[in-house]
Amino acid sequence: MSLQVTVVAAEHAVWSGEARRVVAKTTEGEIGILPGHEPVLGIVAGGQVRIVTADGEHLTAQADGGFLSVENDRVTVVADQAELV
Amino acid sequence: MGAQQRVFKAKINSTKSLRKIFKAMELIAASRIQKAIGRVQAASPYANALTRAVSAVATQSNVDHTLTTEPENAQRAAVVVIGPDRGFAGAYSANVIREAEELVRMLGEDGKQVSLYTVGRKAETYYTFRERELARAWTGFSEAPEAAHAREIGEQLVEAFHTPVEDGGVDEIYLVYTRFISSIAREPEYRRLIPLEVVEAEDDSSVPEVRTEPTAPSFEQDQVFPLYEFEPSAEEVLDSLLPRYIDSRILAALLNASAAEQAARQQAMNTAVDNADELIKTYTRLANTARQAEITQELTEIVGGADALAASGGE
Repeated sequence: MSLQVTVVAAEHAVWSGEARRVVAKTTEGEIGILPGHEPVLGIVAGGQVRIVTADGEHLTAQADGGFLSVENDRVTVVADQAELV
Repeated sequence: MGAQQRVFKAKINSTKSLRKIFKAMELIAASRIQKAIGRVQAASPYANALTRAVSAVATQSNVDHTLTTEPENAQRAAVVVIGPDRGFAGAYSANVIREAEELVRMLGEDGKQVSLYTVGRKAETYYTFRERELARAWTGFSEAPEAAHAREIGEQLVEAFHTPVEDGGVDEIYLVYTRFISSIAREPEYRRLIPLEVVEAEDDSSVPEVRTEPTAPSFEQDQVFPLYEFEPSAEEVLDSLLPRYIDSRILAALLNASAAEQAARQQAMNTAVDNADELIKTYTRLANTARQAEITQELTEIVGGADALAASGGE
């Protein structure tokens, strides 16, 4: 089982694909998402979203001032500015 | 060459060079339409994700947010007119301004004052020429709007919305823009931006719909959102989502308008090229007639002269 991750910025989609794990920092602290996570809507408190892809690669998305939604193993990271680092 | 012929030749030459300009502008507009459509589509995943999230929060938590509550009696409305920076687009700018004027008239009938905001130089000059007061005018990006522009407009509008009416604030915000339907069809329309009601976007190319009737948020009946956990809280999530949602709606309107502008320009320039061809043909015919007339006259003069000589020689 894996997560379907989409990272979108205001003007274009940045990245989408399968991932094993997503780690993001919210206003409350770090949140790690594995397949089967409960639905969450959280504000990303600046900084990075780390994605471990299905192939085991590590991706880092710079997601400034956005939010993150999780449902049914679908993760959407929405940011005004987002780029893969 | 006679004077008349020279006049026609000059007219043909100038029409030909104008035709070249029109043709070039038509081709440029045609290539930009594709780019503009691409931008509208590229922005839609973001808009969809936001719409979905805002809908989810709004349906699940009974959060009263100032941006979504209907004001008791609205006194002043902001109208944002999105027009072009440059002309050469046929009736594009006139149509959107007419739609705006219609909206302003309707709001006036409801007893609301209107403060005007404009995007694009053509919209701005329309109002400044008529000495109508503008709250704010943005120019310079009607052909290539970016997220930063939408954010700037959104910030200004939300700020005006949070200002009390006595201090020049507004209760409602409307967007007037041209919706891009296809390369040959576009339609000016207005949408209420705030107070907003979230409705799922129907298709990717259009701006998410917002109903203007003051009813409860309407959602697809069969659409069930999972029970979300909010971090940190539903209120704060909505607080941070709504301005973003507004920005994305403005961006969608700006992008739609820019695509419509290019399409209108392409059509107008196409017509201009056709008209130039027609003019060139007409002037060429007239120039030919003038040349013929000149030749005929010269011949008549020669024959007349020879006749006169023959007549005088025969005496």
